[in-house]
Amino acid sequence: MIIVEENKCDFCGTCVAVCPVDAIELFEAQIDILHDRCIDCDLCVWICPIEVLHTVEKEMASA
Amino acid sequence: MKDEYDLIVVGGGPAGSTAAKFAAEGGASVLMLEKDRDIGMPVRCGEAVGAEGLARFIEPNDKWIASKINSFRLVSPAGLSVDIEGLSDGGYVLDRRIFDYELALMAGNAGATIMTKAYVYDLVKEGDSVKGVKIKYLNEKVEFRSKIIIAADGVESRVGRWAGLKTTIKLKDMESAIQISVGNVDCKPNRLDFYLGSEVAPGGYLWVFPKGDKYANIGLGVAGNHNKSKSARKYLDNFMEKNYPEASILTTVVGGVPCAHTLPKIAADNIMLAGDAAHMVNPVSGGGIVSGMQGGRLAGTRAAEAIRAGDYSYKFLTKYEKQWHKLLGKSYERMYKIKSAVGKLTDDDLNRTAEIISSLPQSKRTLGRVFKTALMKHPKLLFDVVRAFASV
Ligand SMILES: Cc1cc2nc3c(=O)[nH]c(=O)nc-3n(C[C@H](O)[C@H](O)[C@H](O)COP(=O)(O)OP(=O)(O)OC[C@H]3O[C@@H](n4cnc5c(N)ncnc54)[C@H](O)[C@@H]3O)c2cc1C
Ligand code: SF4
Ligand code: SF4
Repeated sequence: MIIVEENKCDFCGTCVAVCPVDAIELFEAQIDILHDRCIDCDLCVWICPIEVLHTVEKEMASA
Repeated sequence: MKDEYDLIVVGGGPAGSTAAKFAAEGGASVLMLEKDRDIGMPVRCGEAVGAEGLARFIEPNDKWIASKINSFRLVSPAGLSVDIEGLSDGGYVLDRRIFDYELALMAGNAGATIMTKAYVYDLVKEGDSVKGVKIKYLNEKVEFRSKIIIAADGVESRVGRWAGLKTTIKLKDMESAIQISVGNVDCKPNRLDFYLGSEVAPGGYLWVFPKGDKYANIGLGVAGNHNKSKSARKYLDNFMEKNYPEASILTTVVGGVPCAHTLPKIAADNIMLAGDAAHMVNPVSGGGIVSGMQGGRLAGTRAAEAIRAGDYSYKFLTKYEKQWHKLLGKSYERMYKIKSAVGKLTDDDLNRTAEIISSLPQSKRTLGRVFKTALMKHPKLLFDVVRAFASV
């Protein structure tokens, strides 16, 4: 599952451009991952210029 | 305010503003929507453009020209500098905050209505037909209808996706980029500096572009597949520590540059894509300002023609795709091949090239001569590369 370190994000849209299933929503100063659409491909994690996105195990995220 | 227009342009960057201007001048009623509160902000850009390409759109003005460029410096992985001077077709480093504003003003003065803080979150559809956009504006949801939409929503390019066009970009074709505006750095006022090599920016390059006295735009892009193991930010931190430890950083922004070729399909019934949203970027240099404006002009002009003809079908709009392909799309396909070849050059190849070139006297460093002799492995390649930069 993808998590966002939101206070680090620059809202640049680079992750949105590579997401194959349109699962990232970006406003002027807010980013949301649409978890029901996300297929955990990690492309967004790899492209972010400043390492804002991370993968965590589902159990950890809910813990 | 009206709730229906001939044309809605999504995005107030160079592509959107230019499209809005040409469509309004062609007689269409135009609404341009921008999600941010300020057109042109934040600037996510190296701000370098070729003078000739820009002159087709706007009279050069010192208000938005930070510096005028007449030479290049290439720095090899081993640190050898090669200067190429006296370029006939020079360029500018822009102040894009002011430049983008100026372009939007031109659209507004041509009659386009402009709305900022207007976030487009979906399309209005009837069956499969696109009939308008849904926006969030100051916490309210509003709908606007139009006959045609031009999606100039930058790298994100979601509007096109909603209309069924494939706009997702491959990881390796996306440059992960970071850019800073810095003071207290040594930079030559009229020269663009490019640093190459796997230690500096694998699959991309690092730039130092002068914007004034000891003031520069510095940044880099690394190919997406490289960013995975070490991020753009880390490459830039390393470079600054090594080269400009005393620099004062005034702004840091990040972004993505779609260095692919243009999407094969950039129009459908009632919609056209322009600028980064259509991947209209020179894949070698990463330059997309002027080419986005070129795309915007073609799309805006075609939109006005469609309105006059009362035909908003793909059949009518496809002429836009053909015009783009002829103007730049085709040459970007060639550039993409060059990019792939350049990507295969090792640090050793680049070092060797730099050594050969720097052994030539400055008077003989005309671009053609230099690169023809220098790059035995891929003759002419670097020549093409520099030409790509000169015509961003
Ligand atoms: C770090 C970096 C350096 C670069 N350096 C150079 C350079 O030196 N020279 C050069 O020529 N090019 C450069 N480029 C490329 C250049 O910046 C782009 O190609 C250019 O800005 C594209 O213009 P555009 O109008 O298509 O998109 P943009 O300028 O990105 O404009 C798109 C606009 O759409 C808005 N938008 C997006 N989604 C929505 C929505 N849903 N609703 C409403 N509005 C929306 C955005 O807020 C944005 O303002 C660089 C890019 C980066 C990231
Ligand atoms: S790529 Fe990184 S900085 Fe840019 S919007 Fe996505 S998470 Fe934020
Ligand atoms: S992991 Fe893949 S599917 Fe999920 S948000 Fe990131 S890019 Fe999209």
